[in-house]
Amino acid sequence: MHTLLVLIIEGLVQGAIYAALALALVLIWRATKVINFAQGAMAMVTTYVALFVIQLGLSYWAAFAIALAFGFLLGAVVERVLVRPVESASPFNVVILTLGLYLFLEAVVPMIFGGSIRSFPPAFAITGIEVGKVQVPLSGFDLFTFGSVLVVVLLLAALFQRTNLGLRMRASAFSPEVARLLGIRVGRMLTTGWALAAVLGALAGILIAPTLLLQPTYMDEVFIFGFTGAIVGGLDSPWGSVVGGLLMGLVLTFVGYVSPDLETLAGLAILTAILMVRPQGLFSGHRERRV
Amino acid sequence: MARPGDLKVEDITVRFSGLTALDRISLAVEAGEVVGIIGPNGAGKTTLFNVICGFVRPESGQITYRGQPLLGLPTHRLIRLGIARTLQGLGLWPSLTVLENVVAGAARRPSFGAALFGGRSSMRMERQLVQEAGELLSELGIAQAASAYPRSLPYGVQKRVSIARALMARPSLLLLDEPASGLSQREVSELAQLVAGVRQTAALAIVDHNVDLVTEVSDRVVVLNFGRVIASGTPQEIRADPNVAEAYLGEPAVAQGDSGDA
Repeated sequence: MHTLLVLIIEGLVQGAIYAALALALVLIWRATKVINFAQGAMAMVTTYVALFVIQLGLSYWAAFAIALAFGFLLGAVVERVLVRPVESASPFNVVILTLGLYLFLEAVVPMIFGGSIRSFPPAFAITGIEVGKVQVPLSGFDLFTFGSVLVVVLLLAALFQRTNLGLRMRASAFSPEVARLLGIRVGRMLTTGWALAAVLGALAGILIAPTLLLQPTYMDEVFIFGFTGAIVGGLDSPWGSVVGGLLMGLVLTFVGYVSPDLETLAGLAILTAILMVRPQGLFSGHRERRV
Repeated sequence: MARPGDLKVEDITVRFSGLTALDRISLAVEAGEVVGIIGPNGAGKTTLFNVICGFVRPESGQITYRGQPLLGLPTHRLIRLGIARTLQGLGLWPSLTVLENVVAGAARRPSFGAALFGGRSSMRMERQLVQEAGELLSELGIAQAASAYPRSLPYGVQKRVSIARALMARPSLLLLDEPASGLSQREVSELAQLVAGVRQTAALAIVDHNVDLVTEVSDRVVVLNFGRVIASGTPQEIRADPNVAEAYLGEPAVAQGDSGDA
């Protein structure tokens, strides 16, 4: 019973990170109908930036804020400088471009920061909180991880559903031509979408770094799990992607309990199975159209 | 007749890989005027709108609005100049309610940064936009549809929503693309009333197959055929013009009133 509880908590915390990455992919998919294969690598870059800031002697929180801000900037620059010129071509070109960017970032980061494995500090203790005299299997950092993803997801939901900017972003995603006729600067909306997605990625990157240790390829697996979460959720459903990410976290934690070696394999197996059996995702349908 | 011209289209030529879609088209829409543009399928009516909106680049020619050249201007700038357009396909967002669709049509919007960081003034402005959109829906007689999703509504109502969305920007020139297609006889006469109301505040250019509607609501009618202006004048003159009858009678597909201009 205790083990089950531990696994569920761990699964949900891991899942929150996958959910953040999955949501980042869905944001970009909805706006431009491409998968940003560089999403994980971009998050890796922002986490290196965070580590750099920490090594300068600044606090974790300064590094956290700077990583997210840098993510916003990086996302915007990638969209504006790299994606925009090929945007009018087929979506395939953009996909290939993001693959190229992925390779580029993983090659260039070790040149700047070195390729060795580095540890990354957590925001809070990773030992279980003590309630009275009993230690519960939930650490302060777990709470922070889950909580910060939750807050960011809710903020984004509010942005998209309650503000005019969100309305214009949704409008641009649905029909760029109509949006332009209504005076919406579709290009700027796309840039914002990529920037927000990169903030989510940066959050995922910084939250998982203490567990995985930092190296140029450390986000590769996380990307695949997040991607699978997005596919499970139906790819165009923001809420679906969050649920999909959480599910991935739970399933993979249970698989990892059986054998840690099977975790990546299980992730890929789920991805393949979903794409074969139900490519529209588990949560596709009418529900997500309202989000 | 000598009022200052609002929209001036001069000598516009458009070719799609050898096919001449528009051949030195000239026409004008003056302030407060309703101009109807009719013509058989493939005559170039929608292409003309697409050129005005910047979706299609003409090979030659000039377009000005209130003296300002439009060609080369990005599409999103048109609304600030006072030009709004509806599309044949309506382009209503299925995941947004009718009210949200209409709010999205507002040209005056909270500034980009303010909206991103949720300033108080941007919130106030948004509330105001929602209220305006509601009033506009009432004016067009579709207030009861405000919280519905477009696909759940009859086509005629959806058309009104798309017009309401275009009006949200308070345009001085409204381009209506096939407003009558798919409407019943009764809805078409309601549309004529709607146009009569809109023209109090804006000039209109209307592209449609429905000759009866266009001649009823327009001050002037321009007839296109094979990318050329073959006639232009008052509705009475157009009805009497033998060239027009020939263009229509020679093109049986017109009677089916289908959409999908080149």
